[in-house]
Amino acid sequence: MSAVLAGGAPRALPWVAATITRTQACTPRLRSIFLRAPTAPHVAGQHLDVRLTAADGYHARRPYSIASAPGAAETELLVESLPGGEVSPWFVDVAAPGDTFEVKGPLGGVFLWRPEDRGPLLLAGGGSGIAPLLSMVRERAARAPGMPTLLLYSVRRFEEAAYPEELDALERADPALRVVIATTRGPAERPGDHEGRFDERAVAEQLARWGHSPLRALVCGPTAFVEAVTGTLLGAGVPASRILAERFGGSAAAA
Amino acid sequence: MTTRGFTGRPLGPDLARRLPPGQSRTVDFPVLSAGPTPPVDLRAWRFSLKVGPREVASWDWETFNALPQTALTCDIHCVTTWSKFDTPWEGVLVDHILAAAGLAAPTPFTLAWSFDDYSTNVPTADLTGGQAMVALRYEGKPLDAAHGGPARLLVPHLYLWKSAKWIRALQFTERDEPGFWETRGYHMRGDPWREQRYDSDS
Repeated sequence: MSAVLAGGAPRALPWVAATITRTQACTPRLRSIFLRAPTAPHVAGQHLDVRLTAADGYHARRPYSIASAPGAAETELLVESLPGGEVSPWFVDVAAPGDTFEVKGPLGGVFLWRPEDRGPLLLAGGGSGIAPLLSMVRERAARAPGMPTLLLYSVRRFEEAAYPEELDALERADPALRVVIATTRGPAERPGDHEGRFDERAVAEQLARWGHSPLRALVCGPTAFVEAVTGTLLGAGVPASRILAERFGGSAAAA
Repeated sequence: MTTRGFTGRPLGPDLARRLPPGQSRTVDFPVLSAGPTPPVDLRAWRFSLKVGPREVASWDWETFNALPQTALTCDIHCVTTWSKFDTPWEGVLVDHILAAAGLAAPTPFTLAWSFDDYSTNVPTADLTGGQAMVALRYEGKPLDAAHGGPARLLVPHLYLWKSAKWIRALQFTERDEPGFWETRGYHMRGDPWREQRYDSDS
């Protein structure tokens, strides 16, 4: 278990060197960065703080959620290139295998899911908010198959969905997993997908089709998405104590 | 360790001086909360001061809004590494809340409590002397629920998680009792200029 859970607090985590092993386009907007670093295993939902340092000593630090499964040989981060950003363009346009930078972590002690947290599990992600939820879906497939799980994933167009083939395969292999991809600016692609936003009505409809009430609900994405989904869950009678949220400001300047 | 090909985009010297270590400037206003935004009904809204377990003063929405209002424009710093400059707030200084209750700072430490049962601890000395307020308005408008409305604590010289959203009480405590994030590894004081993010930071 990570330092965060073992002590209930991140104990004196140092900055350590991370080395990029490979990078690949995950979607037109997201780049997968695979790295190795001597960090403790993470819990699905945790993030790494990343620090890039310029030759003159100037450095920039950003948190990135971990998308890989806990215990995976390589740690995967999903980086969205934000125009005018400072750190994300380096990852998207410059980073190559062998490049090094510093990481601290894993960090984050709230927005987490472990198999022992059980289900039914509702995951809702908007855009790059899928990253920590991918880690959870991958962890669930490895260690808690059969747990009733609904993943609601909102993207603008289907081609902007990360790992659609992997999600399809997981869904086919396990009837307890249901994945619904909403496309807000393009056609629905797969049977059961949703065309349009996950607004109040759409979320309520998906919950009814699913037929479970979530014991855990983890919602991650842009503020407007998180507010809409968590508001609907509260309205549907899901207690606030079962809902965890992580909001992205969507701030280009902070990227 | 230098990162190949990374130059960064340092701010000019005037702005750079206002940026604590490890922070970068945002012009947006990101939202961070651990759970859903709680619905807060103004008719049921109440703000109270407690000394230990004992409530010593309370206000409803109308009487709280009748307290002296102060405008404060300040830079704010979130532990997730963004800072935002020149944010304009209006609200009631903690000094004025204490004065209205006829109190001087009763104990060295304070727990701020929210309507969603979030809590955060702040040394009382960081709340007084014109340094902190219960903010009711942002950019001249009632504070959005997502940003902590109808009322949030604002302690701009500490990381923003200390500025509890949806505030319902200030509880003065003898000991420094960790709040929500502080029991989860975040710093007891959270001074951005000393980069006190996690409890392992000095």
